[in-house]
Order: sequence, then C-alpha cells, then structure tokens
Amino acid sequence: MQTDPLTNPLTKNVGAENIATDLERYRANGGYRGWQKALQMAPGDIVKTAQDGGLRGRGGAGFNTGLKWSFVPTGDDAPPVKYLVCNADEMEPGTFKDRLLMERDPHLLIEGMAIAAYAIGARTAYIFIRGEYHLATARLERAIDEAKQQGLLGDNIHGSGFSLEIYLHRSAGNYICGEETALLNALEGKRAIPRAKPPFPQVSGLWGRPTVVNNVETLCNVPPLIDLGIDWYRGLGRGEDAGSKLFGVSGKVRKPGTWELPMGTPIHEIIEECAGGMCDGLKLKGFLPGGGSTNFLGPEHLDLPMDYGAIGKAGSRMGTGTIIVVDDRTCPVGLVLNLSRFFARESCGWCTPCRDGLPWVVQLLKRIEYGQGRPRDLELLREQAERMGPGNTFCALAPGAAAPILSGLKLFERDFSEHIARGRCPYVAETEVLEAV
Amino acid sequence: MEHSNASSGNTDAGLSDEEKREIDREFSHYEGRASVGLEALRIVQKHRGWVSDKSLQAVADYLEIAPAQLESVATYFQLIFRQPVGREVMLLCKSASCWITGCSRLQVHIRKRLQIAPGQTSKDGIFTLLETPCLGDCDKGPVMQVGEEMHRHLTEEAIDKLIEQKIHKHKKNDADRSTD
Repeated sequence: MQTDPLTNPLTKNVGAENIATDLERYRANGGYRGWQKALQMAPGDIVKTAQDGGLRGRGGAGFNTGLKWSFVPTGDDAPPVKYLVCNADEMEPGTFKDRLLMERDPHLLIEGMAIAAYAIGARTAYIFIRGEYHLATARLERAIDEAKQQGLLGDNIHGSGFSLEIYLHRSAGNYICGEETALLNALEGKRAIPRAKPPFPQVSGLWGRPTVVNNVETLCNVPPLIDLGIDWYRGLGRGEDAGSKLFGVSGKVRKPGTWELPMGTPIHEIIEECAGGMCDGLKLKGFLPGGGSTNFLGPEHLDLPMDYGAIGKAGSRMGTGTIIVVDDRTCPVGLVLNLSRFFARESCGWCTPCRDGLPWVVQLLKRIEYGQGRPRDLELLREQAERMGPGNTFCALAPGAAAPILSGLKLFERDFSEHIARGRCPYVAETEVLEAV
Repeated sequence: MEHSNASSGNTDAGLSDEEKREIDREFSHYEGRASVGLEALRIVQKHRGWVSDKSLQAVADYLEIAPAQLESVATYFQLIFRQPVGREVMLLCKSASCWITGCSRLQVHIRKRLQIAPGQTSKDGIFTLLETPCLGDCDKGPVMQVGEEMHRHLTEEAIDKLIEQKIHKHKKNDADRSTD
C-alpha cells in the first residue's frame, strides 16, 4: 500500500508497522496538524471548508458533510448542548473499511472527531462502535487517553477555550443501529428503532439536542482536508467527486482487499488491477457496488467511475464503496436469498412493509431456490419488493433490502426462471444437501 | 458484604460491589442513566455468563429504570444472552461475502461435528453457535469470531482444529481446578 500522505491521506499510516497506535509517530507524520489549524479557524469556516471541499458521507448516503453540519443551530440563541456521534457500527454486508481505519490509525478518527465537534460546537462526542470490534475498541480507548494526556482533548484545549470529551459506547450487535436515528435511540438506552423524520438529528437528536452523526471514514477525511485545503482535496478525485476513498472487493477474486484510491476510479481498475481479477476459471456475472443494500450492476457497468452520480445514474448506489463480486458459479438466487434473510432478521419490526414484507420475500425466495417455485412467484416477489421501496417506511432498511431483489430479478432473470422451470437450483448437484442458505 | 462472594454461577444475587463499581464508572458519560443499561448488562454478563430475569431486575433497580425498558434493550441485542450459553460463543459470519466463499458448508460441518444449529449449545456446554451480521472482514472469508479472536480463511479442517483446541483448553482448566 502506498504511504504518500498527499495521495493516500486516509491510509498513510496503515501500511507502516505499529505507527497507528502510537501518538508520537502519528504526530511525526503530520498528525494533529489539522486539529491545530482548526483551532485557529472560526467554526463556521471549517463547516464551509468541508462543504466547499465536496466531502460526502462515506457511510453510504453520500450527503455533503459540511452541509449536514451547517444545519446545526449556531449563534447566541442556539441550544448550549450539542453532540457529535461517530457511527462505527459497521455491519453492511460486504463492508470492511471502517474496521481497518480504527484498528490501524485510531488517532486519525480522534482528530477528525475533534475538528468536527469544534465545527458544530459539541463538547461531548461518542463513538458508537459495534461490540464485535474488540481490537478497534482497545486501540481507540488508548488513543483517546493519549490525546487527553497531551492536551489534544479535555478541558480548554491548547488554551482555545474549547473543551471536548470523547466517549466510546460499545453496542452489542444489530444492523439497524447503523441507521442514525436508531443509533441515537440506542445511545439513550432505548430499543434501537428508527425515529420519524423530521425533526432531523441536527436540530433535535440525542436527548433532544442538536446532534451530528458521521461515519468513521467521513470523519477520517476531515483532518487532511483542513490541513491541506480545498484545492488539494478536490484535486484528489479523478472524476466528479472529491477526495479519496477506501474501496474494497470481496467474493471470488484473486486478491480480495481494501485500497485507498481516488474517487472516480473506474470499477474495472479496482477489480482487475487491485483485486487481481477473477479466480481461475470464473467469470464475473455481476456485482454489488457498495454493500448488500445496493442494486446489482452487470459486466457492462465495469467501465463506470466510482462516483456517487455515475453509479446512481446506472441505477445503483455507491453505498460504502465495497464491491461484492458475483461469479458465474455462485447461484444468484441463493445470494439474493442470503441477503434477504439477513435483512429480515435485522428488521426492527417497526413498520409493516419491512416487518411483514421481508419474511414473505424470504419464503418466496426459499421456494424458488429449493425447487418449489411457481411461475407467478417472480411477479409476486417483484410486487412485494416494490412495496418495501422508498417512501413506505421509516428508514432505509427495507428499501435497501429491496434493491438487490429488484435488480437481481432483472439482471439474473434467466437464473430465476431456470430455477422454476427445472424445479431445482441448477448450481447445486442434485445429491448435495443444500442447507443453511 | 452480602454480595462480595457471589460466584459466577450465582445469578440470583443482587449486584456485587465489583459490578456496581464497573457500572458506576459509566454514569458520567451520559445525560441519562438508561444509557448505561447496555454496558451494565454486559458487565453483569461478563461476571455471570448470562443475564437472568433476576439479574436484569437487579440492573434495572440499580439504574432506576423500568425493567421493561431494560428488557426491551436486552432482547434487542444478540450479544446480550438472556439464557445460558456455552463457554465459547462462536459467531459465524453468514453475510454475502462469506456466503459466496462457503460459510454454508462450514455451518453444515459444525452441525455434524457438534450437533448444534445457530442458537444452540453443544451437550458438553462448551460451544454456542450464533449467526451474526457481517463481521467486516470480507476479504478474508469465510470468517468466525470466537470470544475476542477472529478466525479467517476458514476451512472444515481449521474448524476441527479450533474445536479440539477449545475442548482441550476447557478440560485442562477443569482438571486444574479440581486439583486445586
């Protein structure tokens, strides 16, 4: 992995042994320069820098980060208590980028949080981290302690009059906590059910206070953006979007992994050059560009740049930027069933299309995969998935679950029909016991 | 003190001093006491292995929140165990990437080897198998987390080896304890 801070601001410390967990060495490589610069700036200028820099949320939605911050009330009439929350509840199927950043360079996240908290005027910040990430938790705990000891966090930081405490809040499993309002309910000690919006968290979030929730990778973009400036940051991207991004590839490729690359890097470069192409004898049949809740794209989309707009125009979403590759010997019906089972299990049960729709979808998909599918099941499946679409639910879980179903029905139409026509899954030998899809 | 000698198996007791001390450390982090609920449950679980109804009541009393609210949190999170689990909890990742790389085969293997499906505990009380949301190690699939250890690029052979090691460890621990 490259380690040039000018081309790889997110992973400049990741390749180096031990550097990540050591504050001295983090500082020696330019660490906390952004934070010191930020403390000399007016909070509003930081918000504007993030906005003009074109930093977009890396958790999946791609919303302009500075714009999100700008919705937080400021000025004398603004509520005195505000919060920043880092969403470190990485659980999107096929997503393995935030773990890397937190385990290998925890100070980068702490620095990003300090700058973001200062920008919105929050004196308390939380890292909402999934309970399974033990190493990341330990390293972040240590990083917070180190930063406090050096006066980079705590009371009256570097004589600025600004104070900040960062606390780790460990979660205990449950995908829906990644949805920002469900996450806030979880932090308040309630069942993690998404809230109706409006009000948006920036106005009324944690305990009713103005709150910004940002993804780990988003916050890690902030220190280099403040340190090196808008022009440099915008210039990092190869296409229409600014900055660099952690892209990943999993599935049956030769060298699965995560790489920091310019935004707008063409998909075929990521799959062919970084991931080494498909494993011997396998062909790429399709892929999910950014995790389990994005729409499948096909081989004809390999030339697309990884930009929010370009992937959106092709009918999918860049999501988390971690690509799941589907090869020609993996049953796409089984894969869609696997994804739907996951979403059905993780549904909070709050609204009907999700609570009732997903188990029904799973039943239909099971029937097709196990050879009992009827021709009209495909239409039923489509209708049902459409009902789970945007606008019918409190949060994005059900629309996200519908994405691979609806796109899969189109892209893998022949596979679905063949399952029904032959009365069995054509990918599995008849003698093989199929279980545990 | 009444609870100072509460053993790990004694789930009927109120909170021990140690449990209270650990919970107390969390209060200053939040505006509301309820926010400590999940961590408090985890602390109690660490000491007792799981969270019984009486343990849950004790935590709710200590936090001064309704047991129903705490219960709604406890049952929501799969890493809070509301029934006894084995000494090794195996989180087998069955998300898309691990499914493509063969986690179903591994689940079939675990079922044959230990006679357990997800949610069940082996007869010897050592292993509990749970399904988990994506473990975020998708380039190294199939993966499974056991306790705090990640096991990557798993095969049937690697699982056999892991199971043998864990059985050996616990038998040895039990033998050492009985000779103390």
